[in-house]
Amino acid sequence: MTQTRPKFAWKGVIKRFEGRAVLDGLNLSVAQGRSLVIIGGSGQGKSVAIKTALGLLRPDAGQIELDGHSLVDLSQGQRRQLFSRVGVLFQGAALFDSLTVWENVAFRLINADGVPRKAAKDRAIEALDQVRLGPDVAHRFPSELSGGMQKRAGLARAVVGQPEILFFDEPTTGLDPITAMAINQLISDQVRRLGSTAISITHDLVSAQMIGDEIAMLHEGRIRWRGLARDLGQAEDPVVRRYADAARLGPVDLRSREIV
Amino acid sequence: MAAAKARRAPNRLRSNLVRPLGRSTLAAARRVGAVGVFGARATIAALSPPWFPGQIRRQFVAIGFFSLPVVGLTAIFTGAALALNIFTGGGRFNAEQVMPQIVALGITRELGPVLAALMLAGRVSAAIAAEIGAMRATEQIDAMHTLSTDPFSYLVGPRLLAGVLMLPLLTLVADTIGVAGGWLAATRVLDFSSAAYIRNTIDVLQGWDIVSGLIKAAVFGYIVALMGCYHGYTAKGGARGVGRATTRAVVSSAILIFASDYLLTTVFTQAS
Repeated sequence: MTQTRPKFAWKGVIKRFEGRAVLDGLNLSVAQGRSLVIIGGSGQGKSVAIKTALGLLRPDAGQIELDGHSLVDLSQGQRRQLFSRVGVLFQGAALFDSLTVWENVAFRLINADGVPRKAAKDRAIEALDQVRLGPDVAHRFPSELSGGMQKRAGLARAVVGQPEILFFDEPTTGLDPITAMAINQLISDQVRRLGSTAISITHDLVSAQMIGDEIAMLHEGRIRWRGLARDLGQAEDPVVRRYADAARLGPVDLRSREIV
Repeated sequence: MAAAKARRAPNRLRSNLVRPLGRSTLAAARRVGAVGVFGARATIAALSPPWFPGQIRRQFVAIGFFSLPVVGLTAIFTGAALALNIFTGGGRFNAEQVMPQIVALGITRELGPVLAALMLAGRVSAAIAAEIGAMRATEQIDAMHTLSTDPFSYLVGPRLLAGVLMLPLLTLVADTIGVAGGWLAATRVLDFSSAAYIRNTIDVLQGWDIVSGLIKAAVFGYIVALMGCYHGYTAKGGARGVGRATTRAVVSSAILIFASDYLLTTVFTQAS
């Protein structure tokens, strides 16, 4: 098996809050062009992991690397420059309320890349079309859209700059199963179309298996299991099994210390 | 044993009193430091590129133009009430005739900038804190970072510029309307001669009276915008946190306006 340099990696990352290590030496990497999904229960460190990756939280120890270059000690300006290679879909889409949908999608193009407004608008409408949102939606405000449409607009904003690496934060949370499936399909299509590396966090196993080539389970701040998405059902680790079989096993005692 | 216990009791009492005091002092010092760092970052962002003309224009309109009615109404009623009070109070030592001069000086040097700033604190500082706080709660500020845009340049800088530049203009309006309010009360209620009122006002006013008020207004504008941005930007805890940020923005703006007003007045009176 050939060892290639990972596209993105957490190396021994520790992040504590009030003395409690939410990330406790996280080691995880993803190769160029692969889609990695991080799963795990609530409070296991998924959101903190993605926030450290995006530079929104600074790790207490360890390294975070993109193409082998450390991101931890970059200045704000250097990090912003680097983000031109990154696209992010936030959990609640995080569209700017005061801007129309097309202005949201074209935000980076206009404000950071200096693309003229007219050209940026054309590219935004094209990106909206790729996520099945018509030009009539472009002039609406985010508050006039349904949750699913907001997610699609957020996806258009994430992919419009054709990023090398995409982050998806709980992409299907709060959506009905049909809309969630549509979002999963769109994410898979866009990642494949762009040839980007993708890192997602979710607690939705259907979503994880649909958008991920590989799945890693985060438990108590460390990677408990990692494997191909299709192998999740065959995992022998009891914590992974319990998580994967939760729907079949039914409710658990929330006071139990063993629940994931 | 009992004697040792008795010796320890005052120590315990002292530490029970001193510890919370020390903790509060440290917390207050931390907060002042945080506001100072935020203010420095915000000022640099406002004065250095990238600038976002659309955002700056939007804030000038929101902070300046839409505050005109509330500032104007406040000024006209305050000017009129001031005229009546000075006339009545001045009558006790036969000084009714200097009422126009006192109204003009009181409005331009003190009430114009302070009242316009307080109106802005209630209207604008709260709105800024609520808007930026809601953006923080819904990850819009995080999204801005990932879209290669500095939230300080895009959100904070334009509001700071609008506060500093718009409040002096609003104060000029408040000065004019406030003096007009005094004139209205004097001529309609107190039977003052209109020409004499206007002449007395013009004779007493010096350029510095107006300029010192405008300098105060620029400082107050900075305070109002900064407090709104700071409390919104650092809001935590969802809707409740946004509510708390809004209240803190208004209260801290008002207190800092009064404190800086006293300091500036001291400096200006000593300088002149």
